[in-house]
Amino acid sequence: MEELAIKLDNVTMTYRITQEKIDSFKEFFVKSLKGKIKYKEFNAVNSLSLEVKKGERLGIIGHNGAGKSTLLKLISGVMKPTSGKLTINGTISPLLELGAGFDPDLTGAKNIYLNGAILGRNKGFLEEKFKEIVDYADLGEFIDVPVKNYSSGMRARLGFAVATQIDPDILILDEILGVGDQNFRDKSTAKMKEMINSGKTVLLVSHSLDQIQELTENVVWLHNGEIREYGESSVVCKSYRDYMSSLKYMQSRTLS
Amino acid sequence: MNKYITYINNFKNYKYLLLLLTRSHISKKYRGSFLGILWSLLNPLFQMIVLTLIFSTLFKNHIDNFPLYMITARLIYEFFSMGTNGAMKSIVDSSSLIKKVYIPKYLITISKVLADFIIFLISLIDLLIVMLITGADFTINLIYVPLYLFLLFVFTTGISLILSTITVFFRDIEHLYGIFIMILMYFSAIFYPANIIPQRFQFVLQANPIYQFITGFRQVIYYGQPIELMNLLYCFIAGAISIVIGLVVFERNQHKFILHV
Repeated sequence: MEELAIKLDNVTMTYRITQEKIDSFKEFFVKSLKGKIKYKEFNAVNSLSLEVKKGERLGIIGHNGAGKSTLLKLISGVMKPTSGKLTINGTISPLLELGAGFDPDLTGAKNIYLNGAILGRNKGFLEEKFKEIVDYADLGEFIDVPVKNYSSGMRARLGFAVATQIDPDILILDEILGVGDQNFRDKSTAKMKEMINSGKTVLLVSHSLDQIQELTENVVWLHNGEIREYGESSVVCKSYRDYMSSLKYMQSRTLS
Repeated sequence: MNKYITYINNFKNYKYLLLLLTRSHISKKYRGSFLGILWSLLNPLFQMIVLTLIFSTLFKNHIDNFPLYMITARLIYEFFSMGTNGAMKSIVDSSSLIKKVYIPKYLITISKVLADFIIFLISLIDLLIVMLITGADFTINLIYVPLYLFLLFVFTTGISLILSTITVFFRDIEHLYGIFIMILMYFSAIFYPANIIPQRFQFVLQANPIYQFITGFRQVIYYGQPIELMNLLYCFIAGAISIVIGLVVFERNQHKFILHV
């Protein structure tokens, strides 16, 4: 039996949506006395079960609000599921947003250490990897400039460099490969392929079906927090395309 | 039980992050100022001079060496006040971070307290300066100082964890706490002799943990006397209760933070 990297067992994430945001005592007391706090429950992820093997490259697709980002947040440990069981084997490098956790006042070089530490690495490890990261990010003298002066592309490059060079077992990528210039895009795609070949587990969320098909072997299609289809990339991407075009067709019919 | 082993292992992985966060809090505090961290020395000194000028004439016959009497208390109160006030907003302020990456969230609060604690330790140099200038006695009892400092740190950390948790759910606490901390200052006998409080209100003073820490501190520094066991016991219990409640409250609620910040 192959080892599992990620296992989700009947995982549900419920958001309680209040109609208004309440964050003061007075509001809370007044409204709860009047019975005016109304909650709407909403399952962003609904009793979802999924297994990801070690070394598997899994794509996640679905329309906006299908629960993709919530699923990634659950897997990366940012959120705790309302119910169900979630098991992770190995270290995770979550890239929900490139450069999350950068301190804008610190230089790029210092942020490499900060970001690495946020991902749970110690000083010795980062000192060892430092040169590799700097070379990979290829920011030239900007590495000694505070990150607040970076362009968004440069931030993304540095973030990607840290997250991939710190050698995680599981890499989570949320629609981030669209950033940067062509040169960086080619480079990041090449890096992804390299990581894939070295047996890393990769979760990739993207709206670019071409990219998904190119980089992943299996795909989960999420629909309203549930798995609509799971299987080989090409097969699932095709039925997703068919579904999207049928939607478009329906819309154009209702419009006319 | 397993849960706690995981916590401890986790902490080992993130020790370096705690160091970096603490360092960045300290450097942020003094960024852009010419004198930088020197301010943590100058501030208490100036405060002491002003308060001495105002109050020493008032209590001339009650307190000798007023500057030392005052600064021992003032430093302790200042650390507690700064530490808890800064830490209570720590989780709310780092919402962008905790929404995007997993990190043990207590690190955010504890690094803030730790940063203030280090600044507090630096400001203890003032205490030395005042002791030297006023010709106070350096007794062997000073060896108890680190013990009180440690208990004070533990106590402040516990309170900070509780406050930072509450702040996530009710922002009003920030303003309420501002009022509370001011009242606390007046009930800590910082710049007046404790015996001017009427007998029937003495229990307020005695029940105030900050006053107890101040008393212990003064006992070994200002009076140069051996510690009083009851006082040390009080400080120890206050610290233990605070940190246990703090950790439990924080741990129970931390997974809900992301939904509220």
